[in-house]
Amino acid sequence: MHPAPSVIIFTTFSGLGFGLLFWLGLGVIAPTGFAAFIWFAIAYLCAVGGLLASTFHLGHPERALKAFSQWKTSWLSREGIAAVVTLIVMAIYGAGLVFAATPFAILGWVGALGALATVFTTSMIYTQLKTVPRWHQPTTPLLFLLLSLGGGALLAGQVSLSVVLLIVAAAVQLFAWYTGDKRFAQSGTDMQTATGLGDIGTVRAFEPPHTGTNYLMREFIYVVGRKHAQKLQAIALVLGFIMPIILLLIPFSHIFAALAVLSHVAGVLTLRWLFFAQAEHVVGLYYGQR
Amino acid sequence: MTQLPPPSAKKLGLVIDLDTCVGCHACVISCKGWNTENYGAPLSDQDPYGGDPSGTFLNRVHSFEVQPEEAPAQLIHFPKSCLHCEDAPCVTVCPTGASYKRVEDGIVLVNESDCIGCGLCAWACPYGARELDADAGVMKKCTLCVDRIYNENLPEEDREPACVRTCPAGARHFGDLGDEDSDVSKLVAERGGFDLMPELGTKPVNKYLPPRPKDVATPCAPLETVAEDGQGFAAWLDRALSALPGGKS
Repeated sequence: MHPAPSVIIFTTFSGLGFGLLFWLGLGVIAPTGFAAFIWFAIAYLCAVGGLLASTFHLGHPERALKAFSQWKTSWLSREGIAAVVTLIVMAIYGAGLVFAATPFAILGWVGALGALATVFTTSMIYTQLKTVPRWHQPTTPLLFLLLSLGGGALLAGQVSLSVVLLIVAAAVQLFAWYTGDKRFAQSGTDMQTATGLGDIGTVRAFEPPHTGTNYLMREFIYVVGRKHAQKLQAIALVLGFIMPIILLLIPFSHIFAALAVLSHVAGVLTLRWLFFAQAEHVVGLYYGQR
Repeated sequence: MTQLPPPSAKKLGLVIDLDTCVGCHACVISCKGWNTENYGAPLSDQDPYGGDPSGTFLNRVHSFEVQPEEAPAQLIHFPKSCLHCEDAPCVTVCPTGASYKRVEDGIVLVNESDCIGCGLCAWACPYGARELDADAGVMKKCTLCVDRIYNENLPEEDREPACVRTCPAGARHFGDLGDEDSDVSKLVAERGGFDLMPELGTKPVNKYLPPRPKDVATPCAPLETVAEDGQGFAAWLDRALSALPGGKS
C-alpha cells in the first residue's frame, strides 16, 4: 500500500492525542487552571491536527460533512462521529477544569470511553479490509489501542504506566510483524483464485493492461517498502519503545521526558510508515506484483 | 445508503469468455469513449502524449501466461471491470453513501456529487475495479452503461454496455444472471462459468468462462537431419565448405 504522509501523520498524532485525552478523562492527571489549558491544548493539537491531516488526501474535502451519515455500515463514518463526540465532550470536561477547577467525573469517563472508541474505529478502517491480509487480523486494533494508550501515558508523564504499556505494545508489535509476514499466504488468495485459471497450469502475469502505471498500481503496489523492512523494524523498535523506556527509567528530568516523547513519536511514525508500505493488496496479483 | 439492499431478483452483469477473447482492447477503448462523453465526470488522462502517460479506465485487459505441466504454454487475455458483487465490500465501507447498489437490478454505482474521494472503496475492492480520477477527484467505476441499457433514444441493438456492443470476437455477453433461463445464465451453466476470488465472499455477479481444453499438442521433436550421406550439388557444396579451414565436418 502507498504510504501516504497524510494518513501516517493522521493515525500517529490522533492516536497520541486521543490517548492523552483518555488519561485526562479518567482523571489520572487532573490539572486545573492554566496548567489544564496547556494539557488540553497539547491533546487537541495532536488529535485535531491529525484529523485535519487526514482530509488532505481526500479528492473533495469540502464534502467531508457527508461522511458522518453512514455509521450503520462504514467504520470511516463511525470514526468521524466518535472523534467529534469525544472532542466535544472532552472540551466541556476541559472547560470545567480550566475555568472552574472542577472535574465533572462522569463527563471525563464518557470522554475517555469516546477516545478509546475513536482509536478503535480508526483501526477498524484498516482491519476490516479482507483485501489487505496483513491488516485483517486482531493485532491491528490491539496495537492501535496499545500505542495510543502508551503514547498518551507518555505524554501525560505517567512513568510506570507508560513503561508497562510500551513493553506490552512492543511485544504485540513484534508478534504482528511475525504473523503479518505469513498473512498473505494464509489468506488463500493467489494467482490461481484471482484468475480462475489454475486448473490449466501455473499462472504468470504476462502483459499488463497498459505500458504505463495507473491509480491501482500507485495506490496498492509498493515494492520498495519491503526492501528495508527489517532495518526499519529495528529502528522503530529502538526509537518507539526501547529509547523511551530507558529515558523514563533513569532518574527523572524534564529534558529526558521530552526526549522520550520525541523518540517515541519518531518510532511510531516509522512503524506506521511500515504498516502501510509493507502491506500487500490482493489486486497486485493481477499485475504479477505485490 | 451504503447498506446493501436485499439481493435483487434481477442481477444484471457480464459474462466474459476467456476462450474467445483475442486481447484486442476494443472494449477498453469503447468503454473509455462512452464513459468519457456521457454519464458523470470524464475519464481523464494525465500526460497522455508525454513520457509518463496515465489515466482512468473502467475496464482493463490483462494477459496471463498459463503453463500446463505437459503441454505448451497458453496466452489468455483477461478483461477485468467491476463485477457488480452481490456482497459488494466497496459499498458498505463508503462513509458518505455515495457508493450504492441499485435495488432494481443490482448495478453498483457511485453518486459523484456525494463522493469525497477518500479512496476507501477502491481499497476494499479485491478486483481493482475502482479508480480515483486524478482530475475530478471522485471515484470512477463501471456503470454497466446504465445510460445505454435503458436508453430508449438508442436503437435497440445499442441498448447494451459499450464493451459488449463493440467486442469483435463476441467474447462479452450482457444479461440478467438472476434469471436462470436467460441466455447468459445458460451460457454460464453450460461452460462452467466461475467467480474471481470466490474465497473473499464478495459473490460477484459477473462470471468468467474458462478457456476450452486445447487439442493435445505433441511437443515438437528436434528436426531430423535430412541426409547424412547426401549426394548431388548441395551435398558436394556442404563437403567442400566443411573442408575449408574453420568449417565443420
